[in-house]
Amino acid sequence: MKAQQPTTINQQPKYLKLSGLEPLIITSESNFINVGERTNVAGSKKFLRLIKNRNFEEALSVAREQVENGAQIIDINMDDGLIDGKEAMVKFLNLVIAEPDISRVPIMIDSSKWEIIEAGLQVVQGKCVVNSISLKEGEAEFIHHAKLIKRYGAAVIVMAFDETGQADNYDRRIEIASRSYDILVNQVKFAPEDIIFDLNIFPVATGMDEHRKNAIDFIEATRWVRENLPYVSVSGGVSNVSFSFRGNDPVREAMHSVFLYHAIQAGMNIGIVNPAMIEVYDDIPKDLLDRVEDVMFDRRDDATERLLDFAETVKGTTKESKIDLSWREEPLQNRITRALVKGIDEFILEDIEEARQNANKPIEVIEGNLMTGMNVVGDLFGSGKMFLPQVVKSARVMKKAVAYLLPYIEEEKLKNPQIGDSKNAGKILMATVKGDVHDIGKNIVGVVLACNNYEIIDLGVMVPPEKIIATAKEENVDAIGLSGLITPSLDEMVFLAKEMQRQNFKVPLLIGGATTSKAHTAVKIDPQYECAVVHINDASRAVTVVGDLLKRETSVLYKENLKKDYDVFRKDFLKRQKVKTYLPISEARKNKFQIDWNTSEIIKPKQLGVQVIKDFDLNLLEQYIDWTPFFRSWELHGRYPDILKDEIVGEQASELFEDAKKMLQKIISEKLLEARAVFGIFEANTVNDDDIGLEICQSEPVEDPNSIPKLRDQIPNSIFRTLRQQSQKAKGKPNIALSDFIAPKESGLQDYIGCFCVSTGFGTAELAAKYEKEHDDYNSIMVKALADRLAEAFAEYLHKKVRTEYWGYASEENLSNEDLISEKYKGIRPAPGYPACPDHLEKLTIWEVLKVKKNIGVELTESLAMWPAASVSGYYFANPEARYFGIGKIKEDQIEDFGIRKNMNLEEATKWLKTNLAD
Amino acid sequence: MNKIQQALQNRILILDGAMGTMLQRYKFSEEDFRGERFKDFHKSVKGNNDLLSITHPQAIADVHSKYFAAGADIVETNTFSSTTIAMADYDMQDLVYELNYESAKIAKRIADEFTAKEPNKPRFVAGAMGPTNKTASMSPDVNDPGFRAISFEQLRVAYRQQAEALIDGGVDFLLVETIFDTLNAKAALFAIDELKEERNIDIPIMISGTITDASGRTLSGQTAEAFLISISHIPLLSIGFNCALGAKQLTPHLEVIANRTNLAVSAYPNAGLPNAFGEYDETPQQMAAQIKEYLDKGIVNIIGGCCGTTPEHIKAIAEIASQYKPRAVFSSENISI
Repeated sequence: MKAQQPTTINQQPKYLKLSGLEPLIITSESNFINVGERTNVAGSKKFLRLIKNRNFEEALSVAREQVENGAQIIDINMDDGLIDGKEAMVKFLNLVIAEPDISRVPIMIDSSKWEIIEAGLQVVQGKCVVNSISLKEGEAEFIHHAKLIKRYGAAVIVMAFDETGQADNYDRRIEIASRSYDILVNQVKFAPEDIIFDLNIFPVATGMDEHRKNAIDFIEATRWVRENLPYVSVSGGVSNVSFSFRGNDPVREAMHSVFLYHAIQAGMNIGIVNPAMIEVYDDIPKDLLDRVEDVMFDRRDDATERLLDFAETVKGTTKESKIDLSWREEPLQNRITRALVKGIDEFILEDIEEARQNANKPIEVIEGNLMTGMNVVGDLFGSGKMFLPQVVKSARVMKKAVAYLLPYIEEEKLKNPQIGDSKNAGKILMATVKGDVHDIGKNIVGVVLACNNYEIIDLGVMVPPEKIIATAKEENVDAIGLSGLITPSLDEMVFLAKEMQRQNFKVPLLIGGATTSKAHTAVKIDPQYECAVVHINDASRAVTVVGDLLKRETSVLYKENLKKDYDVFRKDFLKRQKVKTYLPISEARKNKFQIDWNTSEIIKPKQLGVQVIKDFDLNLLEQYIDWTPFFRSWELHGRYPDILKDEIVGEQASELFEDAKKMLQKIISEKLLEARAVFGIFEANTVNDDDIGLEICQSEPVEDPNSIPKLRDQIPNSIFRTLRQQSQKAKGKPNIALSDFIAPKESGLQDYIGCFCVSTGFGTAELAAKYEKEHDDYNSIMVKALADRLAEAFAEYLHKKVRTEYWGYASEENLSNEDLISEKYKGIRPAPGYPACPDHLEKLTIWEVLKVKKNIGVELTESLAMWPAASVSGYYFANPEARYFGIGKIKEDQIEDFGIRKNMNLEEATKWLKTNLAD
Repeated sequence: MNKIQQALQNRILILDGAMGTMLQRYKFSEEDFRGERFKDFHKSVKGNNDLLSITHPQAIADVHSKYFAAGADIVETNTFSSTTIAMADYDMQDLVYELNYESAKIAKRIADEFTAKEPNKPRFVAGAMGPTNKTASMSPDVNDPGFRAISFEQLRVAYRQQAEALIDGGVDFLLVETIFDTLNAKAALFAIDELKEERNIDIPIMISGTITDASGRTLSGQTAEAFLISISHIPLLSIGFNCALGAKQLTPHLEVIANRTNLAVSAYPNAGLPNAFGEYDETPQQMAAQIKEYLDKGIVNIIGGCCGTTPEHIKAIAEIASQYKPRAVFSSENISI
């Protein structure tokens, strides 16, 4: 079939196209392409010495200097008898590739040994130039190498060399070039535009007659090749031409310029030139120019002698390096920032030393100067103006600077131990979560953090959560970083957060990877874990974030702010995301939580009526204390008992705990606080969906909880009004109210409800005041914090007693304190003002039913707070299906209905329930 | 000129959409992934989608069918990670030949069924060759920037095994895709080129890179044009980009390529950028609307979908693409089947 002629022609011209990180396209309009030659052990003594001494770092700066000086390709050659050329080539190329400032330009892999060339080709992603191949060893080898070069994807320099030797005159040059071209293009199918001929630049002015035409023959052969061999380029090592004037740079520079000027006109478009060794053609003094041109074009028999004579007069004046070092004149911070941004470590130590001398404390150099620079790096990276390899480099400069500062920081610590940071590094576990194999981003974050003096424990990819947890414990890490790229990894991260919470972890959790986001982190992960969770979307930010997380000075505040930030973000997000729909309260009631009352077990309480406990033995409460909130009240965050061994707060926590124990013993033995409780269990049934009607057995309260109260008359005189979830639920999910846990009147079954109030606050105010008077705020706060804990412990204790004895619906129960804290018991004890019953007004009903004030003296303030503060009140629901839940937002219709049920106007009802009102 | 080139001259060809997204719908459990054959395998294999070609070939066949039915001209084999390098994570290096061979067989069988039904619209199978999970141009260790976790030679050997099995299984061409490190791709091209010479066959090669970076570069730092230059030494059927970005974000990079090559240009972007929950939620209509810009600009010849795309997306894309002429392509002397 005949090819259909496309409508728009897009034929690409055959230009030599090379690439590093960026393209280099050499068109007929291109200026001369300058190949840097300083990274050639054969051409640079300095570079040879650096490679021999394996000083690759400085060797790299030679390469960078060339690129900064304008080299568009860099030639790398490791051919020296004393060097393992293949090893050195691969090592140096790998290092060059890691330097985007250098590797943005294409690389010329220069060797006379094929194995070195091939090793080089295997490590460079861009399109290189091989320098060189020739017919020297015959056609077979030439073809073999050319085919491989084509397969590796490189352009090639072909030397004018064949089986009989190097081309040293015009005819031999064009003969070898023609033959080589023919083989390459027609046999190997090598792209002609990828062929570069090196037509041998030989020295002139050597004093030997056979060298007199070296320059002019090269120039004329170049002209022929460019005219007769389509698409090829011509290159050469320019410095050869001035070989006989070694040591006389002014003359050499002039010779290079003159030679190039004419060779370029003839068609030489690529050359190996040391840009520092070249004079601007127009700046060459006229007399020198004349003499040089006489030599180049072989215009006079005495041209060489005349140039030599002239050379004597200009010897010794050398040019300065042209690298732009003007940035070194800038202010210190600019220099440090530039060094970090550019990844230049050459001057960083002197700059850091200067910064250290200016700083009060060496640590400030890290926190100030270096972090300022790293933030610039982060911003540039974030906005796409830097890319990953550069950031990794920046991190390296950072590390070097930090390493320099460390001894000073240690010294500072010895001098000022009270200020000194124990250590500024931390241990960070990194892992790609189970089921995910993407780890490049994670590795980069690890690398960047490692450079900032963190110890990285990298568990690799597909790491099961058990392993992450186990290793984190074993290694006592300071942070855990999870990464993932695929969608299911998000769930893994949520699972891990839950697991960390369950296992009482306290270390920050870092979330990263392509599919992760702040929104997902805030909405799905952060709520699962009470310690810091932070989404880090790029590696350079990781350093500052982790720094803020782990540095003592910033840690607490940063974590708090983080938590708040995520909370706000989450709320905003959810608000934005979902316009929740709400059911009319009548509809919500139709979707109530269903308990099958025919099968549900209702256990008749052993004792009905109200009971009062006074002067309870505090000794019995100690084991019921949940200490975690105690530490939280002291702004020490972490789970008891692990908090005592916490790396950051452990010492302070332990000290505090000792003091608390002492104070507790004092309170108990000296009976400084009094614990009182009142509770009652009543016959009850749900009426009209949301109300729980009580039939109170009016009895005289008895002081002895073991005596059975005497029953008097029974009147339905109190009603608990419950609120019902109103948001539209997923299919099959109920709209719950607490009343759903009590059998409705119409079931004909007798059900029960309990309520209680406990307080351990009696004596607290007096005791606290006593300490305050003694200016002992520490113990004042201690007393209050302990009283709160005792009240909670009392509520826990009493609930247990009710479950197992007074009501007795769970007499077989055998739960540890941990189980109690995690609410594993049967039945619930929700408290007014908390999620299941956010309405504080219900306390009034409890007060009325239990005669709380009269029986134990706990009062309600006008905003319905309990006084003494160390008090807890709530309901008891015994049904095994009863569970804690949150009401969430409710609508005006329910508030209105609630007001009517409570016999109050809408305005007042709204006031109490405002925070629950949906927008 | 072979069928695929004829087809490329005549119309914009449609590549399939995501395999992974479709497989997620099955909610395969660990046990499902294992099947009977690997029930006692010593390592978790959940998530090894390529393994499903062996343990659940019907699911793979069904996905291919759905894409062909939606209008795809080309489906990719389920072999994105079927190299010894990527399979090392599951200790399943020994299965590489079988994975590729079976995946190719499944796709080819379905393609042939559709071709038989619609002879005027021949269907093709592209052997998918993913980037592996290692990078040959970057060091994972900052203290040793010269270090490499994988060598060209290791990659070459691994890709060669994959390519051989895919060819044996009957794929119509090879698709070296989701390239984040050009050196990895060069190793793949090297291996394929060797194979072509040794077997004296000419199998077309498609190349698809990935721009991962806000600065418009590959992960290994190359610009789109540098990438194009670096892989142009081997005769190719097409070049383009896939993954990482949505259709809209991909446009400027495709233009760079389209303006600088005579080859067919391919694009199979994601269904937009991932939302907060990592889901790709661009609808078929939204995506088709973005792709219309490619068509208006005349910068593509082959178009399909990557992460998050479904048969519905492909259907929408196929419908809009059918209204346009393909970008003009030269059939160079390099593609001479």
